[in-house]
Amino acid sequence: MSIPEYSAVKLKELLETKQISALEIARALLDRIKKHDAEVKSFLYIDEDLLLKEAQASDQRRSQGKVRGILEGIPVALKDNICTKGQRTTCASQILPRFFPPYNAHVVEKIQASGGSILGKTNMDEFAMGSSCENSSFFNTHNPWNLNCIPGGSSGGSAAAVTAGFTPLALGSDTGGSVRQPAGLCGVFGLKPTYGRVSRFGLIAYGSSLDQIGTFSRSARDAALLLEVIAGRDQRDSTSVDQPVSSYQEKLLSSLKGKKIGLPQEYFENLDEEMKASIMAAVEVFRSLGVEVEEVSLPHTQYAVAAYYIIATAEASANLARYDGIHYGYRAEINAQNTKVEDLQEIYHESRAQGFGNEVKRRILLGTYALSSGYYDAYYVKALQVRTLIKRDIEKALEKFDVLLTPTSPVSAFPLGEKIEDPLSMYLCDIYTVTFNLSGNPALSVPCGHDKKDLPVGFQLVGKLFKEEEILAFAHQYEKETLVNTLAPIKKA
Amino acid sequence: MIEKKEVQHIANLARLRLSEEEEEAMTQHLGQMITYINKLKELDTTGVPPTVHAVEMPNVWREDTPCSGLSSSEVFQNSPAMQDNFFTVPKVVK
Amino acid sequence: MTEFEIIMGLEVHVQLLTSTKMFCSCSTTFGSPPNSQVCSICLGLPGTLPVVNKKAVELALKVAHALNCQVAEVTKFDRKNYFYPDLPKGYQISQFDQPILHSGHIMIPTPKEDKKIRITRAHMEEDAGKMIHQEGTPYSFIDLNRVGTPLLEIVSAPDIESPDEAYSYLKELKAILEYLEISDCNMQEGSLRCDVNLSIRPKGQKTMGTRTEIKNLNSFNFVRLAASYEAERQKQVVLRGGKIEQGTYLWDENEQKTKLMRSKEDAHDYRYFPEPDLGSFLISKDLQEKIHSQLPELPRIRSKRMQEEYKISEKDCAFLIEQKVVADYFEACLKKFSEPQELLNWMKGQVRTYLNEHDLAMVDFPIPPKNFIELLELLQKKTINRNAAKEIFEQMAKTGKRAKEFSQQKQKITDENELRQICQEVIKAVPQIAEDCRTNPKAMNALVGQLMKRSKGRADVDIARRIFGELIGE
Ligand SMILES: [Mg+2]
Ligand SMILES: [Zn+2]
Repeated sequence: MSIPEYSAVKLKELLETKQISALEIARALLDRIKKHDAEVKSFLYIDEDLLLKEAQASDQRRSQGKVRGILEGIPVALKDNICTKGQRTTCASQILPRFFPPYNAHVVEKIQASGGSILGKTNMDEFAMGSSCENSSFFNTHNPWNLNCIPGGSSGGSAAAVTAGFTPLALGSDTGGSVRQPAGLCGVFGLKPTYGRVSRFGLIAYGSSLDQIGTFSRSARDAALLLEVIAGRDQRDSTSVDQPVSSYQEKLLSSLKGKKIGLPQEYFENLDEEMKASIMAAVEVFRSLGVEVEEVSLPHTQYAVAAYYIIATAEASANLARYDGIHYGYRAEINAQNTKVEDLQEIYHESRAQGFGNEVKRRILLGTYALSSGYYDAYYVKALQVRTLIKRDIEKALEKFDVLLTPTSPVSAFPLGEKIEDPLSMYLCDIYTVTFNLSGNPALSVPCGHDKKDLPVGFQLVGKLFKEEEILAFAHQYEKETLVNTLAPIKKA
Repeated sequence: MIEKKEVQHIANLARLRLSEEEEEAMTQHLGQMITYINKLKELDTTGVPPTVHAVEMPNVWREDTPCSGLSSSEVFQNSPAMQDNFFTVPKVVK
Repeated sequence: MTEFEIIMGLEVHVQLLTSTKMFCSCSTTFGSPPNSQVCSICLGLPGTLPVVNKKAVELALKVAHALNCQVAEVTKFDRKNYFYPDLPKGYQISQFDQPILHSGHIMIPTPKEDKKIRITRAHMEEDAGKMIHQEGTPYSFIDLNRVGTPLLEIVSAPDIESPDEAYSYLKELKAILEYLEISDCNMQEGSLRCDVNLSIRPKGQKTMGTRTEIKNLNSFNFVRLAASYEAERQKQVVLRGGKIEQGTYLWDENEQKTKLMRSKEDAHDYRYFPEPDLGSFLISKDLQEKIHSQLPELPRIRSKRMQEEYKISEKDCAFLIEQKVVADYFEACLKKFSEPQELLNWMKGQVRTYLNEHDLAMVDFPIPPKNFIELLELLQKKTINRNAAKEIFEQMAKTGKRAKEFSQQKQKITDENELRQICQEVIKAVPQIAEDCRTNPKAMNALVGQLMKRSKGRADVDIARRIFGELIGE
């Protein structure tokens, strides 16, 4: 095995026993990125010098016995909607072409304080709006299992980078499934913590009441490691919750005997037979571990995508109003008629028309519509009421079950370009994930093998609020039984 | 489900110039989406309270203690137009 | 001829007296260099989030009692969406359907009797930045120092029936806000701004007329002028058989008229929705009681008490009460000084003149009550005369020194021999006037004038008159 294949926990062990250095890790990962990222295209930006310097500093700290914390010497890749101080942050948009934040996101501070370093910024759907990474204004990212296919989205770059062995760990953001869906499609672990578990300070907002930073890793243990670093209350985010952070790694082996999994029947109704078979095989593994499995109903499931798209786009329409060409970001100089932009209203219209991509415009318009006079109650308030019903369904189900198990995505990775002209079918990619953004529950996508096209299949574990340790324990013990390969060979079909 | 005129109005509220082709495409896409979200109308939600936050954290506030903000170079670092420590825009006539 | 009645409602924005902004820790000091009190949050940079200033909420609660308002059990913030260069986020964080205060009223004086003006609601929000439009440049300039300053918007019911009532309402409101130290209400610095909603209807008509809004009035007098103008304008439109169009107007100071800013068709669609970055606030009875127990005495109640306690007129009390610092100063002096009327005369006279001449506010008045009393006591004990006291007052204000340091040289001359000598000198210098005194008693005043000149104002006039009488009679 070589460095890029190791998990973060394994790298930690090798560092602690002085078998490798942080500098070697950084070099090995950079080598692999240089060799393969021209095809995968997962990174938007890497500051190589900074990374090597930080690796050296980490080695020095270790040799002086001044290890900072549990990520000492380990690199983490960041989705490019997470702010890095003085380092370009774009949200993969032309409206933020040269934005250098004067602050680090809370998660970046946490990673650095625990000795980790930032490997680079990964590609994404513009402003996290999309399910295929094809809405990046820079380039498409490819699925390392099959370069003709999409990696999922919107955190496609982070998912692909972990899958391709460019980094052991990455962060993404999940508003409607943007961590779990690409994790499912790339065959790695993707954790969306409980809403409020991780501070959103420094995460560029899409749908503020749904957004949550989540982790990508090739093992459940690595997810636990990274969550331990980034979780916890932050005074700068009024929605970050004051709940004790558990030692997630220590709880991975708590016995599953007698625990209960609920299978929400609505999630299996129209599911592709092959995918269903993979997931039911996983269910059998849990049974063999002494877990009881039963069906359960979440009756309002069919309304989740509609409610989600109203709430997310309404919030987005306000969150993205700040990109108006006045105080920062892109300001159009020339209009569509090729003449000089001269008045304030034209600056607004042209900067936003030229700076935003199609999908972003579509969602801004939908959100503006849902909030506009005459429609607010019919759409926005209604969606918030449906959110209540959905939340109640889940609360009720989790009174009886420890976790819920569902597919992560209705389909495996599809070819680039296949759904790009059909927004609604793209939106339906999130059908199994959005519910838990609406309800706030923690959810984790776990890889469970490959379909006939040799593309990864994943299932989703959903836990009670702030019970990340529970879903991580289920995932870890499943992983030990099945040993699904999470490192892609990087190939064309 | 949505008229082109309404799309124009919404686009203006959102300060988004749309080309004619974009107007066509958006009218169609938004129409599809609106048909889809109209699904919610099937549900009777009378008396159901709305949920804004999945996890409620009431009374989060901070003390009234000043901190220094950004330096002038940081304030204008990302700015497209400034003069004498002001942001500038083409003159707004009232 | 048809008689019309006016119906007005006022929206008053006051800046709350906090050290930091509503949602970030930037200072709220007025008058700093442009864009020097700006951080990532109030600049609306991507990824930043608001955090509520507790003091702002407490100040809003503090005003509840004075405005007889109900306090919301649960209050929350909402986003109000519109594009303008002084609003970096593209939305203002405000309160929509759950304002912190509602259903209150205040009493205002009118020529007949006190009148109740209902207050519909009061809500918290953040201020916008400032735009500067200068001649001779193609640009407008934006200063974001003010952006995010906490505001309380107090919305009255349409109970105000004349421009004069609007004026009284504002005066009363300002007194309350200053008293409670909710706001400094400094209108030059924009800490208090007012929007007026106004309609007219023929007397006796039950339904409301179409209303227009006049925005951003930054002086009470402009409110009165603009409202009078707008009422008259509407009246003329109706009398000519026209219809009032809904619209938003601005007051043009130079032309002394209201000008249409936007018509109904251009009205904003603010698309309010709950602010997802902030949770809600549960206002407990405990918190309310804690704030209530710390409230100072309200102006109306204080006025009544002061009238009784110090036996001063209602009008004089109104003068003292208009600014809390003035009333506070007055009462601080009276702790150790027993002549309210004498003190009042000084406050209305010398003190007021001094402040006006030096363009100072009462808070900046340089003589502390303790020192001021010392001066008044010297006068009370007749150690110095009134003229000397006035001169010493000026010196004290100028130097910050205490009265004693000047009183020595200003002490009255009461010694008979010394006075007699000066009087003789005067008679010698102006024998003609002295001669006149024999036939014209009024000429004595001229002699006394001369005497004061020679004694630099220190002579005891009563004794001097007697001596003059003796000398001339001899
Ligand atoms: Mg307002
Ligand atoms: Zn600030």
